[in-house]
Amino acid sequence: MTLRTYIVSRILLTIPMIFILLTTVFLIMRVLPGDPVLLHFEKMENPALIAEMRIRLGLDKPLPVQYVDYLIGLFRGDLGKSMQDYSSVGQQVFSAFPATLELAIFSMAIAVLIGVLLGVESSKAYNSPKDHLIRVFGIVTYAIPVFFLGMILQMIFGVGLHWLPIGGRTYQTMVPTGLNIGSLHFSTGLYTVDSLLEGNIVKFGTSLKYLFLPSLTLGLALCGIFVRLTRSNMFETLRLDFVTAAKARGLKDSTVTYSYALRNAFLPVLTMMGLQFALLLGGAVLTETTFSWPGLGRYLIDRINFRDYTAIQGVVVVFGLFVSLVSLGIDLLYAYLDPRIRL
Amino acid sequence: MKKTENVRSMLSRILPGIRSLAKRGLAGWLVLIGAILTAVIIGLTLVSPWASPYDPNALTVGRPLSPPSSKFPFGTDDLGRDMLSRVISGGGIMLQVSILSVIVCIFVGVPLGLFSSYTGGVVDRFFSLIMDSVYAFPGLILAIALALVLGRGVVNMALSIAVIYIPSYFRVIRSQVLSIKEMPYVEAANAAGARRRTVLSRYILPNVIPSIVVVATVNFADAILTAAGLTFIGMGVNVSVPDWGWDLTNGRLLLLSGNWWVIAFPGLMIILLALGFTLMGEGLSELLNPRLDQSGE
Repeated sequence: MTLRTYIVSRILLTIPMIFILLTTVFLIMRVLPGDPVLLHFEKMENPALIAEMRIRLGLDKPLPVQYVDYLIGLFRGDLGKSMQDYSSVGQQVFSAFPATLELAIFSMAIAVLIGVLLGVESSKAYNSPKDHLIRVFGIVTYAIPVFFLGMILQMIFGVGLHWLPIGGRTYQTMVPTGLNIGSLHFSTGLYTVDSLLEGNIVKFGTSLKYLFLPSLTLGLALCGIFVRLTRSNMFETLRLDFVTAAKARGLKDSTVTYSYALRNAFLPVLTMMGLQFALLLGGAVLTETTFSWPGLGRYLIDRINFRDYTAIQGVVVVFGLFVSLVSLGIDLLYAYLDPRIRL
Repeated sequence: MKKTENVRSMLSRILPGIRSLAKRGLAGWLVLIGAILTAVIIGLTLVSPWASPYDPNALTVGRPLSPPSSKFPFGTDDLGRDMLSRVISGGGIMLQVSILSVIVCIFVGVPLGLFSSYTGGVVDRFFSLIMDSVYAFPGLILAIALALVLGRGVVNMALSIAVIYIPSYFRVIRSQVLSIKEMPYVEAANAAGARRRTVLSRYILPNVIPSIVVVATVNFADAILTAAGLTFIGMGVNVSVPDWGWDLTNGRLLLLSGNWWVIAFPGLMIILLALGFTLMGEGLSELLNPRLDQSGE
C-alpha cells in the first residue's frame, strides 16, 4: 500500500464514524428527550412562546426532516441557534474553541513530557524501588479526580503561596491583539501565540502564568498512561542490538537513551496521544470549570444550567468532530513517520 | 462456637490465598493493597449509620466552618455539619452508581462482544464500527449529554456511565474470541454438533472471564471518577444524601477562603476508592493475563 492509498482509505474510514457520531448525538439530544422545548421551559410557560420557539428553531418539523436539516446545517458550518436568545451557537463555539485548544495543547505537552521522562527513568531502574515509586506515581495520578487535583493546586499555588492566578485566561487589559501591520490583522485566539505575534513579552508571560495551573492539572491527570507505555517500550528497546552497539561505540549514556532508544520507542507514544485525546477533552470540561477557563467545556456547563438543548447539541458535536480529526491527523502522521504501516 | 469455627475455616481458606498473592511480587501486593482499600471503604459505607458520630445531615452540630479539632476531627462545613460523619456516610451513591454501571456494562458488552466476534462478517463489522465510534467519543461529554436527557437518579447516572464503557468490554472480548474460536477444541465442539449457544457459553466464555475481571476492575475506578465528575458539574443524584462528590462541589468556593478541610477529606475518599480498584486492576492484569504484561518478565 502506498502512502497515498493509506491516506485515502483512512480518510474514507473516518466518514462512517463521523456519520455515526452525528446520528448518535441527534438521537440523544433530539429523540430521547421527547420534546426539548418543553424540557427547556421546565415550568409551564405561555403556550404561544413555546410554539414560537419550536418554529424558530425548526423543532416543529417531523424528526426525519429535523435530522436532514441538522446534517445539512453542519455541512455548511451551521450549528443551530441557542434556545436562550436565538444567537448562533456556531459563533459562540468558534470564540470559545481557541481557549480549549490552547489548554489541550499545553496539557498534552506536559503529560507527554512528564510521562516520557519518568517512563525512561523507570525503565532504566527496572524493578528497583525507584521504578516502583514511579509506577505508583502513575497509578495515583490516574486515580485523582482531575477537578480535585486542580483544587489542590489552586489551594497551594494560588490561595497559599500567591504565586499563580487560580482562574481565567488573563487580565482584562492583557488580552493580546495578535499581529497588526497597518490594516492587516491576524490572530489565532491562542493567547500565547497572539502575544508573541504582537511582540509583547509581558502579555506572553501573563498568558503562560494563567495557563500553567490548568494545564499542569490536566497534564498530571493524563501522564500515568505515558509513564507506563514509555517504561515498557524503553525496557525492550534498551536491550536491542543497535542500542548495545551505540553504547559499545562509547556514546554518552544520555545520548544513547534519548536520541537512540527513545526515538525508537516514541511511535507508540504518538499513537497513545491520539487515543488519549478524547480523555483529555473530557478532563478539560472539568478543568475549565475548576479554573473558570472560558473554553468549550465551560460553555457546555453554562448551557446545561440554562437547559439550552440546541446549544448543548452543537458543543457536543464539535467535541466529537475535534477528536475524530485529531485522531485522523495522528494516524496520518504515524503513517508518514513509520513506513511499516503502509506495507 | 460454631460461628468461630466457621470464621476459622474461612480464614484458613483465605490466608493461604493472601500468602501466595504476596509471593507473586509487586503484582500480588498491588492486588492485596487494592482489595484491602476497597473492602475497608465499602465496609465503612455499610456500617456508616452506626459509625457516624453525628447525623451527617444535621445542621449546626458545630460552628460553621470550624477547622479540624478534637471534637470535629475533620472540621465542619458551611452549614455546621460534621465532616467526619459526612465522609463516613458519603460513599453510598458513588458505590451504587459504579456497581450498577459495571453490571450493565458486563451484561451488555460481554454478550455483544461474544456474539459479534463469533458470528463475524457483516454483523461483526457493523457492531465494531458502532462500538469504535462510541469509544472514540470523549466519554465524559457523552455521559453529560445522556445524564442531562435521562434526568437525575442513581439508575440514570449508572446508565449514562455504562454507555461510555460498554465498548471497552466489547473490544477486549471481541479480540479474545477471535483467537479462541480458531482453537481445535472449539472446532471439535462444532464438529460434534454442539449448538452455537453451548459453544459460546461453555467453551468460549470461561476463557474470557479473566479478561472480564480485569476490565471490570479498572472500569470500576473509571466509573467512580466519572460519577464524581458528573456530580461536580452539578448533575449529581440528590443533594439531600451525603455524597463526597457534592461536598467537593460545595467546597470549591469555600476553598478560596482557606477552608481546605471541606474538600480535602471527601476528595481523599474518592481517591482511595478509585485507587483501590486501579491497584487491583493493575495487579490482576499482570497476574491473569501474563501476555498483556509487556515487561518481559
